Amino acid sequence: MADVAIVGAGQTVFSRSCGVSIRELAFDAFQEALEGLDITTSDIDASIICSAPEYDKQRSPAGLISEYLELTPKPSFYVETVCSSSSTGLRVAWSLVKSGLHKVVAVIGFQKMSELSSRDAAERMGRGADIIWESPFGLTMPAGYAMYARAHMDKYGTTEEHLAKVRVKNSHYGATNPKANYRKELSLEDILKSDMITTPLKKFDCCANADGASCVIVARGDVAKGISEKPIWVMGLGAATDTMTMAGRKQLTGLQCAQEAARQAYKMAGVKPQDIDVAEVHDCFTVSEILAYEDLGFAKPGEGAGLIEDKETYADGKIPVNVDGGLLSKGHPIGATGGSQIRTIVRQLRGQATEAQVKGAEIGLVHNIGGIGQYGNVTILRR
Amino acid sequence: MGFENFGTVSFTTEAKAADFITYLEQGKVMATRCPKCGVSYFPPKADCPSCLSGEVEWFEIKGKGKLATYTIVNYGPSGFENDAPYILALGEFEGGIQIMARLSKDIASSDIEAGMSLVVVPLKRPEGRISYEFKKG
Repeated sequence: MADVAIVGAGQTVFSRSCGVSIRELAFDAFQEALEGLDITTSDIDASIICSAPEYDKQRSPAGLISEYLELTPKPSFYVETVCSSSSTGLRVAWSLVKSGLHKVVAVIGFQKMSELSSRDAAERMGRGADIIWESPFGLTMPAGYAMYARAHMDKYGTTEEHLAKVRVKNSHYGATNPKANYRKELSLEDILKSDMITTPLKKFDCCANADGASCVIVARGDVAKGISEKPIWVMGLGAATDTMTMAGRKQLTGLQCAQEAARQAYKMAGVKPQDIDVAEVHDCFTVSEILAYEDLGFAKPGEGAGLIEDKETYADGKIPVNVDGGLLSKGHPIGATGGSQIRTIVRQLRGQATEAQVKGAEIGLVHNIGGIGQYGNVTILRR
Repeated sequence: MGFENFGTVSFTTEAKAADFITYLEQGKVMATRCPKCGVSYFPPKADCPSCLSGEVEWFEIKGKGKLATYTIVNYGPSGFENDAPYILALGEFEGGIQIMARLSKDIASSDIEAGMSLVVVPLKRPEGRISYEFKKG
């Protein structure tokens, strides 16, 4: 049996504007993560703080959050891989526990994006590309994914309707998620008629910026059994990095960082794609979810659109994906997103999902991507 | 001279690879190649991490490429508001070189198709700014 477990997972409501400070946001997620656990803050040996820089003015947020949560004098430090920061945080926490250095580690992700206008936030994200060679052209996150979408459509015949059907599904589940920012069910027509942002991606193909925090508590196996009634075991961890530039990409119809991270995670866990009962994938855009189906092996390359067409990724389908509404419904507070995805899978595997519960789910997967496919983390969990 | 006038908004100036701008002013879009191990780089690298050599040579990207993918951006981020709509594209050129640039405004959006022939050329922009773009090949 794996000897590192997740014992607690929490998140705030994700909202367009939270109206509180980043330390207070972190507290709300931390509080939910510790609910029902037989530990106090003094039992936490280290904290890993995860976010993307420059959305709020605070530099070095690890010290700030550590003080507010009374985690001093235990070590605290910052981890960043943009949108996948908090699943990278989980990887680091696993290593700290597995090495024997610490018994219990808190991974806290946060982002407060509402302090910036939407255009300024897009500019920050644009500088998440290569600032010498590509940002000066006006490259944005949606534009990068839109170029993947176009290439996928040209090569495999994926259509704008297929993309829209991902949002139809995710809006259906998001409508019942009390933590989600966007809780309205959208029809195919609503999505196809929404404003074109960057062809072929429309407004409702894109997730929204949000404020929010997440927290995952990681513990050594023997400790986990003592403090939690339902520890969730970390079975596989995969991580990979692709080029910063779009020019450097070898493949435009899938994310190679995700393919490599998935290969590592399946190998480490000793499972195959068909063994996964429920998955959370990084649907920052609708096309991202279709790429994820293929990159994770749920569908063959080029056949991802068929999975959503046949409704196989609904809760009662072959491989339920994002049945909490995904980033498209929840919103995407960059540094908090990975932890939120992990929380959903933890709740699914414990049989505690408030949205659609996948019956008898034993093995779950989290796919969290940073930037336009620069960083990929795939995590496999088991009850 | 460095990258201070490159593109719509430049975010940094100094680089060992700043000769790229000098060549661009002369009408050439260049890549680098390591004379020791033969690996070529675009975006140009001033160093060769493959063989750890610090000496590379410049060569011009000539000939025709193919449009690999593109997107028409209707919503520009801060600093790019006045450019929108603009078309970002990836073009594949000889020797495994792939370039990201905008498609020239003289290409009608109805004429764009995957695989279309492209050339990459310098683009002088207002107020002394400079860039490069794809034109029909």
